[in-house]
Amino acid sequence: MATTRKTTMTRTPLLSVQHLTMRFGGLLAIDNLSFDAYKGDITALIGPNGAGKTTVFNCITGFYKPTEGRIGFAHETDAYDKIDALTASANRSDIHGSALYLLERMPDFEISRDAKVARTFQNIRLFGGMTVLENLMVAQHAPLMTASSFTFGGLFGLKKYQDGHSHAMELAKFWLNKVGLTERADDPAADLPYGDQRRLEIARAMCTEPKLLCLDEPAAGLNGKESAELNELLLFIGKEHGTSVLLIEHDMNVVMGISDHIAVLDYGKKIADASPEEIRNDPKVIAAYLGVDEDEVEEAVKTPVKKKAAKSKGAKK
Amino acid sequence: MGSVTDVNQYDDSLLIKSLKEAVIAGFITFLMAAILIGVKSEIAIGGIELKYRWGALFAAAGIAAAGRFVLSYLFWGRDTKVGDYLDKGLNGLSGATSGMGKIIPIALLALAILLPFLLMQAVPAQARYYLDIATVVLIYVMLGWGLNIVVGLAGLLDLGYVAFYAVGAYSYALLATTFGLSFWICLPLAGILAGFWGVILGFPVLRLRGDYLAIVTLAFGEIIRVVLLNWYEVTGGPDGISRIPRPSFFGLADFKRGDSGFAALFDIPYSPMHRIIFLYFLILALALLTNWITNRLRRLPLGRAWEALREDEIACRSLGINTTNTKLSAFAIGAMFGGIAGSFFATRQGFISPESFTFIESAIILAIVVLGGLGSQIGVVVAAIVLIGGTEIFRNLEEYRMLVFGLGMVLVMIWKPRGLVSTRIPSVFLKERKAVSADLVAQGEGH
Ligand SMILES: Nc1ncnc2c1ncn2[C@@H]1O[C@H](COP(=O)(O)OP(=O)(O)OP(=O)(O)O)[C@@H](O)[C@H]1O
Ligand SMILES: [Mg+2]
Repeated sequence: MATTRKTTMTRTPLLSVQHLTMRFGGLLAIDNLSFDAYKGDITALIGPNGAGKTTVFNCITGFYKPTEGRIGFAHETDAYDKIDALTASANRSDIHGSALYLLERMPDFEISRDAKVARTFQNIRLFGGMTVLENLMVAQHAPLMTASSFTFGGLFGLKKYQDGHSHAMELAKFWLNKVGLTERADDPAADLPYGDQRRLEIARAMCTEPKLLCLDEPAAGLNGKESAELNELLLFIGKEHGTSVLLIEHDMNVVMGISDHIAVLDYGKKIADASPEEIRNDPKVIAAYLGVDEDEVEEAVKTPVKKKAAKSKGAKK
Repeated sequence: MGSVTDVNQYDDSLLIKSLKEAVIAGFITFLMAAILIGVKSEIAIGGIELKYRWGALFAAAGIAAAGRFVLSYLFWGRDTKVGDYLDKGLNGLSGATSGMGKIIPIALLALAILLPFLLMQAVPAQARYYLDIATVVLIYVMLGWGLNIVVGLAGLLDLGYVAFYAVGAYSYALLATTFGLSFWICLPLAGILAGFWGVILGFPVLRLRGDYLAIVTLAFGEIIRVVLLNWYEVTGGPDGISRIPRPSFFGLADFKRGDSGFAALFDIPYSPMHRIIFLYFLILALALLTNWITNRLRRLPLGRAWEALREDEIACRSLGINTTNTKLSAFAIGAMFGGIAGSFFATRQGFISPESFTFIESAIILAIVVLGGLGSQIGVVVAAIVLIGGTEIFRNLEEYRMLVFGLGMVLVMIWKPRGLVSTRIPSVFLKERKAVSADLVAQGEGH
């Protein structure tokens, strides 16, 4: 079902990860990784366990400071012309011009607030003791703070804050409805079943009105039906709502079903970067997933002996 | 709450069983106590004489029987424990879930407003004594509400809260004695200065997590006290500051006998009680202001961010919340209320010294917040009344007072580890405001 849109050189990217390297002591978690995510695309980042996918997310969203490399994020298409000038300057963003951000220079909360990159977590991080609706309201902290004139106006119930509040409620209701949690809006988030919690986390990230949504294994632990619903939700976000998506996922039904473009990571290195069809048949990717040598796979692909793959150890789901 | 009737619909077999057990327990106690309590040797002329103490013996047996009966009948024999009913009542206090929740705070408020007049009518001789206790309780309610912002909402365990109380008290004392500023100007200044110190002390500790946060705030609390103790030229060291001006009646009149007095202003006979009642209403108003602002803040993005911070700091940052500023604002606002309470304390006492601001004060305020239930406003009131009012009223029990105090704390912690009123009321709702069970609510750093 992958769209036929071509990811050619003519399109300028929304997110551009360039020569990203991340070291933890002696461990090289990401090794000179470069890839782009385009506006309106669902880009998938896949790879075996421990390949460094979550680490890439943590670098993009500012939770880790990369050892080396540059992460550009542009709100407008022509912004990348200025990236070298911006890098040479001491600034972290080019707000006057065309809204270009260097994410590796920004603290985590500014990446969400100003650059508008939202994320979810591999192990869900909801505000468990707060209700579903409150979770979505917390996500709208920045605009609500402005509306409440940094609390002073809100304290006296000024009209500006009331308007801001009802606008925030509308947005929350919209996403509650989209993820099918309207009925549970007033229940504590920790009381929701697992699948609902995953969707709530996505809704919460969407309430920050991001330009790029980074999802870390959103289908993990979901059953077949839930994972099909997730596909639909992600297609809505990526294609109708117009928020680009960067997706880490092990579930190949999800990845192959909805992504426009896939980057494959193995031991921190990019081993492939192409459309789903190409990735599906790439021997390097199959080898990485099965934990065997590339030649073995090519051989296996040529001679269709079914047992061969199952015999090799280390296959990941 | 229809379930209350269930308690009354006991079944007879339980009653008979409990009675039987009570009789057996009483009999066994009687036998055992017969030698231990029933007889006593006393020195008499020509040797020792045995005395029989029937009264004490029967009393011991009676206590054992009654205790056993209460336990068997009310606790052990039942599926739903009496404690559960108490729980329901207490949770009702936190509001929203039941009608009780709305009535109790209003009833408490009405009682607080009428208290001076009721006391003057009922016990004119001791009105002053009781009103003083009520004033002290209200100071602690205000301090508890202030600390509740830091510990209960933002989830930052602060063991040095008394530092801000001290800053407020000394700010007022110094401003009033050296510059002759009036109480009504000093009150907000003291609050601002304490809030400022909240930010200054907040900065270095914000990077700390868990126990470290608690330890460093404790140390800061002590540092402030030690500075007050040793900076003799400014603070008077251990001598403290005396002759702190009393507050005026909003700058219109003082509370002295004479033409400029409150009594003269209103053309009523002079009474020393006027000042006491005025101070009582002043702290009541300050405490209610604290409560109003806190409740208001909880429904604003800032307050919601505090609670989110307590739940999950990393998620907060992923949603664009500047956690440093958010924590600092909690420290500053909490400290501000502490400082205002401090300046009230100074003006009421007329004398302050570092001895009033020892660690035990921080511990008591924290105990009020924790026993009341983290984040619960009404819980703080109940805990302050019990802890402060209780210890004052039982002052004649002397050292046993602290024993009872400790025992009470242990019992509450066993029965309700999350405090008396532990449910959380959501700050916003779509259809219905449902209380959130305490088990789901995170406690934040350092607990
Ligand atoms: N904070 C850290 N300190 C030290 N090592 C880390 C840290 N974070 C990640 N690593 C290491 O970096 C490597 C990549 O981890 P990462 O979590 O990015 O993998 P992943 O691709 O997300 O795997 P999975 O599919 O299991 O989620 C692992 O070897 C991991 O142990
Ligand atoms: Mg991962």
